[in-house]
Amino acid sequence: MNTLLVLPILIPLATAIACLMAWRSRTIQRIIGVIGAAGLLTTALILLATVWRQGIIATQLGNWPAPFGITLAADLLSAIMTVLGSLMGFTVMVYSLGSIDRRREAYGYYPFFHLLLMGVSGVFLTGDLFNLYVWFEVMLMSSFVLLALGGEKAQLEGAIKYVTLNLISSAFFLTALGILYGMAGTLNMADLAQLAKATKYPGVATTLSMLFLVAFGIKSAIFPLFFWLPASYHTPPVPVSAIFAGLLTKVGVYTLLRVFTLLFIQNPGYTHNLILAMAGVTMLTGVLGAMSHNEFRRILSFHIISQVGYMVMGLGLFTPLALAGSIFYIIHHIIVKTNLFLVSGVAHRLQGSFDLEKLGGLSLKAPALTVVFVISAFSLAGIPPLSGFWAKYILVLNSLQIESYPIAATALVVSLLTLFSMAKIWAGAFWGEPPDSSTSTVAPPSAPNLFTKAVLYGPMFLLAGLTLTIGLMTEPFMALAVRAADQLMDPAPYIQAVLESRP
Amino acid sequence: MQPVILTTATRYLMPMLLLLSAFLLFRGHNLPGGGFIGGLVAAGTFILHNFAFGVQETRKLLRVNPLMITATGLLIAMGSGVVGLLTGKPFLTGQWITLPLGKGEGLHIGTPVTFDIGVYLVVIGATLTIILALAEGE
Repeated sequence: MNTLLVLPILIPLATAIACLMAWRSRTIQRIIGVIGAAGLLTTALILLATVWRQGIIATQLGNWPAPFGITLAADLLSAIMTVLGSLMGFTVMVYSLGSIDRRREAYGYYPFFHLLLMGVSGVFLTGDLFNLYVWFEVMLMSSFVLLALGGEKAQLEGAIKYVTLNLISSAFFLTALGILYGMAGTLNMADLAQLAKATKYPGVATTLSMLFLVAFGIKSAIFPLFFWLPASYHTPPVPVSAIFAGLLTKVGVYTLLRVFTLLFIQNPGYTHNLILAMAGVTMLTGVLGAMSHNEFRRILSFHIISQVGYMVMGLGLFTPLALAGSIFYIIHHIIVKTNLFLVSGVAHRLQGSFDLEKLGGLSLKAPALTVVFVISAFSLAGIPPLSGFWAKYILVLNSLQIESYPIAATALVVSLLTLFSMAKIWAGAFWGEPPDSSTSTVAPPSAPNLFTKAVLYGPMFLLAGLTLTIGLMTEPFMALAVRAADQLMDPAPYIQAVLESRP
Repeated sequence: MQPVILTTATRYLMPMLLLLSAFLLFRGHNLPGGGFIGGLVAAGTFILHNFAFGVQETRKLLRVNPLMITATGLLIAMGSGVVGLLTGKPFLTGQWITLPLGKGEGLHIGTPVTFDIGVYLVVIGATLTIILALAEGE
């Protein structure tokens, strides 16, 4: 039990150390990297299975009892997120083998990639708010490095915006932590949850919750705090933007889900309705932004924002079913979005551009890629029977049930607009005539060898297969999401597991 | 052209500063000090050497890539945490042994100390990686 909770953090750390030790050898770093990522994925799956069978598990680091020490705890949501994080880590790691250039590999791509995964796992598993802050920083430091690695001009420009906004967010987070600690005298989440129920100052709690909302809102790119995302996500190499797109904003959403179900439930009429309104505007601005762009990865970046709106919508509705919808949406979205970014990388490789006007005719040139794109894009838009349909179905259904009509209408309209911009990519990049090669300035790269093909297409097929599986066999995934949501709605077992866990 | 006063003073100061950093490291267990501050002092020592003798000489003195020092430090720190796991306790649980020194005396040593030594090495390695890269970029 103790070991299982620590391993998702230890394995990436050990992998990063091993990669650092093998600094001079690219080959060894690649081998270690893949083994480490596979190990992480296996552990995460075992963790999920254990939590499913035994309920919430917790361990106290350094054997200091809660709430005095640092707690690691995993309920179903944490376990699901850890599995998703490590799955993306594994697929993007494999994809990197075929797409990261030698210079970036030589300057520490693999160690920092694994440190990023360590930070992400840490965020999901910690049961202590200050520790959460530390893991955020671990994750952000590594993401700064990955974003700036290579030092191209556009990259640095994106990195500056990203770093600045994230530092502001960290400052908000730290301030909120300071005030919270001054008020409650503890930062252990389970302990805080107990205090929060009986707080004498609900007004202060609501004020604090707004500070947390801003801090986590910046991280998860909800309206009006999203503008750093489309400014930076299209600048780094494709594997980096894929892992960022898949994981980083969802880490923000996870923390929102955690604190607004466990700590700040004193005044849902204010906080959760505000979140709901923000979710609606987030969806709309994201999708409108996407419609106005013509660059593959920029469109996808704006869609992240729009989709984050759906995930937060479930939290705003604040019913068990809506939360289950949110969790299901996160599962669906991480897989699909990462995959779309991976597709954009191969499209770029084939045609030498991310610009839709310079792409074209990919459906003839790369039929396999087209299949992967169709599955992912139409799942994103919510076409039945793909995974996105079920995710949106639950959210809209629930908002109708509780007569929250405006948000239901927004969700439906945004869904339609998403379809429109996916169709735009389809028409621009896959359909139609290939671009006139005489006008293209970039020479198409030489044909990749078999190994490169395998590492590029393997992860995409795996993720597309998963999307199909979730769409066609929704039942078990839905059961998982529902049970995770039930755990969120009833924090008593979580509190008990953390405060009473003895080694 | 190397400034005589600086180079001479550095030769005398370096051993003392390194001794001070080790003192800070071990003092940190119960009193102000510790791996982080000790590591900074040690890194400062090598930076002083870099000012006096130049980057090439400092790299020669270090013998290993500072990045390896960071990696070793991380490994030691992680290893100190894992010792707790191996005994069936949670990660990072302190484990102590007494090394017999004869005559009934013993040296009480435990994983918090080795963890701090790991931190010490990480700080030295990371600081020197940055500073030496900057010095070379001039």
